[in-house]
Amino acid sequence: MAYSFPEEVLEHVFSFLSSDKDRNAVSLVCKSWYEIERWCRRRIFVGNCYAVAPEIVIRRFPEVRELEMKGKPHFADFNLVPEGWGAYLDPWISAMSVAYPFLEEIKLKRMVVTDDSLELISKSFKNFKVLVLSSCEGFTTDGLASIAANCRNLRELDLRESEVFDLNGHWLSHFPDNYTSLVSLNMSCLHSEVNLSTLERLVARSPNLKTLRLNRAVPLEKLPNLLRRAPQLVDLGTGVYSAEIRSDTFSNLTEAFSTCKQLEGLSGLWDVVQAYLPALYSVCSGITSLNLSYATIQSSDLVKLVGQCRNLQRLWVQDYIEDSGLEAVAESCKDLQELRVFPSDPFGEEPNVSLTERGLVSVSEGCPKLQSVLYFCRQMSNTALIAIARNRPKMIRFRLCIIEPRARDYITLEPLDTGFGAIVEKCKDLRRLSLSGLLTDRVFDYIGTHAKKLEMLSIAFAGDSDLGLHHVLSGCESLRKLEIRDCPFGDKALLANAAKLETMRSLWMSSCSVSYGACKLLGQKMPMLNVEVIDESGHPDSRPDSWPVEKLYIYRTVAGRRLDMPDYIWKMDEDKELEYS
Amino acid sequence: MQREVIPGGGVIGGGSMSALSEESSSYPDGSELELGLGLSLGCSGGGGGKGKSKTPSVAAAGGSWDQFARILTADDFPSVISDKDSSSSSSSSSSTIKAKNNGFCGSKRTAEPSSPPGRSGVSQVVGWPPIKAHRMNSLVNHSKIPAVEEFTSTVDKCKNENTNIAVEKRLSRTSFFIKVNMERIPIGRKVDLNAHSCYETLARKLDDMFRPGAAVGPRRSILEEQAAMADMRCPVRLLDESSEFVLIYEDKEGDWMLVGDVPWQMFLSTVRRLKIMKTSEANGLAFAVE
Repeated sequence: MAYSFPEEVLEHVFSFLSSDKDRNAVSLVCKSWYEIERWCRRRIFVGNCYAVAPEIVIRRFPEVRELEMKGKPHFADFNLVPEGWGAYLDPWISAMSVAYPFLEEIKLKRMVVTDDSLELISKSFKNFKVLVLSSCEGFTTDGLASIAANCRNLRELDLRESEVFDLNGHWLSHFPDNYTSLVSLNMSCLHSEVNLSTLERLVARSPNLKTLRLNRAVPLEKLPNLLRRAPQLVDLGTGVYSAEIRSDTFSNLTEAFSTCKQLEGLSGLWDVVQAYLPALYSVCSGITSLNLSYATIQSSDLVKLVGQCRNLQRLWVQDYIEDSGLEAVAESCKDLQELRVFPSDPFGEEPNVSLTERGLVSVSEGCPKLQSVLYFCRQMSNTALIAIARNRPKMIRFRLCIIEPRARDYITLEPLDTGFGAIVEKCKDLRRLSLSGLLTDRVFDYIGTHAKKLEMLSIAFAGDSDLGLHHVLSGCESLRKLEIRDCPFGDKALLANAAKLETMRSLWMSSCSVSYGACKLLGQKMPMLNVEVIDESGHPDSRPDSWPVEKLYIYRTVAGRRLDMPDYIWKMDEDKELEYS
Repeated sequence: MQREVIPGGGVIGGGSMSALSEESSSYPDGSELELGLGLSLGCSGGGGGKGKSKTPSVAAAGGSWDQFARILTADDFPSVISDKDSSSSSSSSSSTIKAKNNGFCGSKRTAEPSSPPGRSGVSQVVGWPPIKAHRMNSLVNHSKIPAVEEFTSTVDKCKNENTNIAVEKRLSRTSFFIKVNMERIPIGRKVDLNAHSCYETLARKLDDMFRPGAAVGPRRSILEEQAAMADMRCPVRLLDESSEFVLIYEDKEGDWMLVGDVPWQMFLSTVRRLKIMKTSEANGLAFAVE
């Protein structure tokens, strides 16, 4: 029995579905639902730009308005991925400039974007509104000038942490005088000075401006002028937060901040001069997100500031805050959800500040909503990890970096297996985990047994044998991304769990023990995977098959082998003859 | 088999299993390759026997894959507790793998003594600790101790021109990393220009970085092994006119210039990135290489 709903009704129903998972499920119901859904899908998320080709996306989803895409593997952030690896935006823009004239949003992470692409974006999409380039590279401020000049309806321009070839600050003046639609501008990654009066005029004529993140070059003395023109700001990133200590600068600043009644987010704060911190006090009670990770100030000054932010939900800070500061945070910031503590001196021989595992334990005790942690420290114990796990069973993201690789429990000198084991056992909703310290295969047994919701796992200098990797691949049902460096994992676990790799987005392994022969086998037997061997010392065929590969990146794809690899990446595909084995 | 992966979503259909068994039956020597199927550890009695006795050599002549692909049992893996040699049947297979890989992997076992407190080469391990580049560039105290040493020595060396500047820099120093690429080496490096106050020390630093045999990490890579075997031990001597290599930089206007012509401070304000080229190749370029 079949009855038909008019398509428009179904479309209307589907329009309430925003998550990809829901839409994917809907499209599996039957052919007509598949058809209707694909015509009305507006937002596409491509987690790995090489998992699919532009033509495939365009063919299935003809009416896309928003594209979000990620390129390079995460370890590219730490210089583990060589230059020229790939993740080029150009082919996508070329295809979409024709297919999606009504595209409004492009959000990218770790991709290579050229000025040509930016110009093409600015000229092809008449209604273009949002450009977010997170950790991207390959473009210059000339590309930004095209965007500024041609995108008449631009609302968001966010360059967070991108590497921009910064020629000069002139691009800002390319925004036309009658342009007023700006809602969010993040130029914090740029180095050049911009013309401040141009910036002030831009801010003055943008009544909808909610987010403004300046770059370091904007002097503190000029900040009040900008704030006065945008008292409606919700998110502010200051420029350098230091200046000659003068009372008029101070009072100017204090007064300007006091007019910003809606401020919730505060960042920038490079090179903080303690004397100017009190200027911020008037906004503290409304602040929910505070990024002090570039502020080099003492713990007591940090505490004075943070202690007033009773509604704080997110705190990023350097380890200058020390254990005592974190205890104070645990006392005052009962709404804290996310804590990130960065090392001020990661390469120093001796710790320069008194920040240990105790700080994190305090926060886990005092902050009932804590769910996301990134913590760099120099010592850790199983006891501390167990306490953290018991205190915060709702933890979702737990990334711990003990700076010394393979560091033991500093009290018992044992591996940290039981500590991390407690984390995965108690925190049943854990989605992301980064391990560090001395770890044996046992920790992976715990992870495979308990971490059923884990989606992303980062492993470095850990494990004893293939059993460790096998536990993870066979046990972690929700695993999507796995990145491993400097671990003794080899062929066995990988080959025994080959099918698992098709259920994941990607696997990165570098400085491990996977042999070239195993890579070839995997490439031959798994056509839905791209197995890419990164090896700069010449063609791996010139070495025995048992030779371990330097770096290995495996990802599932429907686009087949990619054609834009540099000459130090070798593709393992069906063409490889078995004569090698 | 045509399957579509919905972007961001899962894979449609359960085709992977059947696809695998189809392919495994086409494996040339006829043995069944059961990658990823039916793996069970410890409890299933069968299947483990074959895997135990033979050496799981990857490179052996064809037909050796069945050892890996067979149902593996816990016996195939070394025992988890640190005493590696305790289980007899596994030690042969695991130690064979270890013997093969030890030369390259340098993986640390739990038997190793704990690393001493304080740094033991953390700064020499690429990408560790995992801190993003833009954050590294803002670290005021980056490489505090090496930098101080470098500063006192560089200040000595550069006494003529740059002493005052070097002292100033030390007091309020931030990092200024730029990329350096050497021709024909795909992996570029980054160097902190603010750690130097004159060209000589920079050249020496680059010399160290790009000379084969420079430590990249605790594990010597294949590149280093091979290069060490090859005949490439001599220093690069970048500023030396008679050197085989020349150091050039790209400035803010996008032009490539020879390093060393302008005063150091001016160089710092215009340099975008560095490149090391063979003198013979550079000769064909616009600037004169004397």
